[in-house]
Amino acid sequence: MNRRALLKSTLGASVITVAAAAGLLLPGRVLAAYPKEAFSAKDVSSAVSGALGAANPQQSDQIEIKAPDIAENGSVVPVTISTELSNVESISIFAESNGTPLVAVFNLSSADAFVSTRIKMGKTGNVVAVVKSGGKLYSNSKEVKVTIGGCGG
Amino acid sequence: MKLSRRQFIQLISAASAAGLFPEFAQAAAVTLPRLYDAPMQGNVRLLHFTDAHGQIEPVYFREPNVNLGVGDAFGRAPHLVGESFLKEMGFKEGSVEAYAYTYLDFDNLAKKYGPTGGFAHMKTLLDALITQAGGRDKALILDGGDSWQGSGTSLWTRGADMVEISNILGVDVMVGHWEFTYSQQQLLTNIALFKGDFVGQNVRVKESSLFGGEYLDMVEKFDGLGLYNEDSGHAFMPYTMKTVNGQRIAVIGQAFPRMANANPQEFFPDLSFGLREDDLKTLVAKIWEEEKPAAVVLLSHNGMDVDIKMANRIPGLNAIFGGHTHDGVPKPVVVKNEGRECWVTNAGSSAKFVGILDMNIENNELKGMHYSQKPVISSMIPADKKTEAYIRHMRSKIYDKEIVESRVPALFANKQRMGKSFDEILTEKLAIADRTLYRRGNFMGTWDQVLCNALKDHYKADVALSAGVRWGVTTPKGEWITMDQVMSQCSMTYAETYVSEMTGKQLLDILEGVADNLLDPDPYLQSGGDMVRVGGLDYTILPMKKLGERIQHARLDNGDMIDPDSVYKVAGWAQVNRTPEGPLLWDLTREWILKNRDAKTHVLKLDKVNHPKLVGVNDNPGLAAYAGEIG
Amino acid sequence: MANSIKLRAKASKGSVTVKALINHPMETGLRKDQKTGKLIPAHHIQEVVAKVGDKTVMEAVWGGAISTNPYLSFMFSGAKGDTLTLSWVDNTGASDSDSVEVS
Repeated sequence: MNRRALLKSTLGASVITVAAAAGLLLPGRVLAAYPKEAFSAKDVSSAVSGALGAANPQQSDQIEIKAPDIAENGSVVPVTISTELSNVESISIFAESNGTPLVAVFNLSSADAFVSTRIKMGKTGNVVAVVKSGGKLYSNSKEVKVTIGGCGG
Repeated sequence: MKLSRRQFIQLISAASAAGLFPEFAQAAAVTLPRLYDAPMQGNVRLLHFTDAHGQIEPVYFREPNVNLGVGDAFGRAPHLVGESFLKEMGFKEGSVEAYAYTYLDFDNLAKKYGPTGGFAHMKTLLDALITQAGGRDKALILDGGDSWQGSGTSLWTRGADMVEISNILGVDVMVGHWEFTYSQQQLLTNIALFKGDFVGQNVRVKESSLFGGEYLDMVEKFDGLGLYNEDSGHAFMPYTMKTVNGQRIAVIGQAFPRMANANPQEFFPDLSFGLREDDLKTLVAKIWEEEKPAAVVLLSHNGMDVDIKMANRIPGLNAIFGGHTHDGVPKPVVVKNEGRECWVTNAGSSAKFVGILDMNIENNELKGMHYSQKPVISSMIPADKKTEAYIRHMRSKIYDKEIVESRVPALFANKQRMGKSFDEILTEKLAIADRTLYRRGNFMGTWDQVLCNALKDHYKADVALSAGVRWGVTTPKGEWITMDQVMSQCSMTYAETYVSEMTGKQLLDILEGVADNLLDPDPYLQSGGDMVRVGGLDYTILPMKKLGERIQHARLDNGDMIDPDSVYKVAGWAQVNRTPEGPLLWDLTREWILKNRDAKTHVLKLDKVNHPKLVGVNDNPGLAAYAGEIG
Repeated sequence: MANSIKLRAKASKGSVTVKALINHPMETGLRKDQKTGKLIPAHHIQEVVAKVGDKTVMEAVWGGAISTNPYLSFMFSGAKGDTLTLSWVDNTGASDSDSVEVS
């Protein structure tokens, strides 16, 4: 397929917006209360216990974190987390050096163990992923360097 | 910044210039000196040059006397200078190789051997090397990127002058870095004109831009160019398969991974870069399985330390043709990985070197490789007449009001240059150099001092900061400084200057931050060029220390220590995150040189060069003949 | 807040990949207005839910450290023709929702 044909076929057809059943799907009705305290916690461990109700996740290499070694823009750092662990209930993301490290909790008990998003990082530090699997917590981390603009060579 | 249609048309006219010439009668094969004998050592020849930076004419380029290796790179090529380099490579002092590859005795050897590079000379040499290989179908020409930027003419034609010369040379495959800084739209225009393949496995369209909008509209106008694969987000082909003498060779592209850190993102807002090592690893394995090639090579703009680390971590590469760090390395660094050797090479800058990798392939199997590298000594290689004619024609173009030199509309075209030919503007003689003016080196160059002085005096600033780029030609002692040479130090699309107030702490944080970009022991965590150049300020640096611990004893030229809480006037240019509106650096520099040269002798004297004091690197073979203090 | 969501869902081998781009400022509440020096009040999405029919396939809670104009991708077991609905609500109570047929 030439590039133009590829482009046309992938752009046009895929987005078919169906009228949304407004009002019926408000998230507040299906979720437990918003964990406000966990989002205000100043360190990863209290954020983990606040958001996930347990502490001290076990380190696991079965969690894969895809994030750049060096952020292209600290306020838009692409992060993709996936895991081979089974019975995954949730994946949570923390930015260790942010003033309040908790970024998000994704409940994936009815989805695949995969999530991709973009996060803000104030400075160099670890992106920590915590996976809840079979009632237990597992974690892995990857350092992302946030640098000042350099000078090209 | 949007490019108008008129600019588009203008560059087309520049690019088609070569086509206006009648074919020159094929001259009898030229005989080159024995230096250029490179008999074919196999059945496939891969020719490589890189980082030409728009230097279409012969120039001088002094190699560094400070090129520190840190971490695993300590004492390893390319981090060897002067005698350490000669010893490692087996060259003699005073030889043509010593001139080409080191700073040693530069002033004298520059007189003896003359300038290097020049595309008319490069063309003759490439043709000769292709003839030695047995014909055009037995060789590939690879360009490692940073060819389409770096001179007055490349800025004024927005790279089109170099696209055309790449086509004349017959470049088959290339990757990019500064090519992206003309704007993504201009890049697509240039690639559309380029007859080779523009590849890059690590150039991706941002996820958010794939939902529709301006980028996809633009791609559609370019008939799909700029979005190779919608699902993976690859903006360009990640690799290209080339059949050379009947053998299938995969050439994977790796653009400069730190584009978005080192250059303004406003020029390529929809693109994302990075090393993307995992994807490369998967890609290499997939190529071996699906394409069944005879060899897989990486055309890279990573820089050599990153290339060596990658060769160690990614199995399945036979060779890396590297650039970015501007290191001419005559012998490959051989990395063993899962039973296969990867030969990591780098071919310097400014069209000064050609790398030659011969492969011996039998029954689709690579049996052996042979590498050599030739310096392009312009006086030893006659200029190719057709190429020369194109260069003369291109430089005869008139600078007009359609030219765009800046991000700031008021600075697009300079009235004083209008109506003059490019050549007339660029051959203007400004002053005679009182010493050899050079740029390359980890910390400070004499040309950098000229730029810093111009900035500092213009703005009556305490301190001047100048980007530590590795390009910019050399002016030998006693020679005229021309406008061509000034442009070669600062031709870029974001050369606006500024003055701003900064606290001492902010200033020190900049020095620490940039030092870490250069000296992080893990090459994957380095980003960009050499250390930021500082004028009006002396400091001590401890390169082997960590972030926040490297910079000490910073003080102004008058001896006053930098106080973290005091406020200083700091001048600079090449801002990545904002657009200042001060005059473009080349105009400010030209003015400063003319004002400060001796009225009678026209000699430009530099009173002082702010070489920082280096501590803890005494035993580093990447340091020799240092002009500053060493502790 | 109409049309704040761009949504795509594509099925391949029994798995649906959802990609969403939401137009939202995602203010943390910690950032200062450069002109006035005053804190810009927090204004960010707190909850996101994705459903196929009545079945919730993904739900998430977010803080202000999700980037401005959030991008989200996830996968679930589904098929071509399913209708996926994604909705969000932010800390001011504002909300939006959009649906797409899995292609």
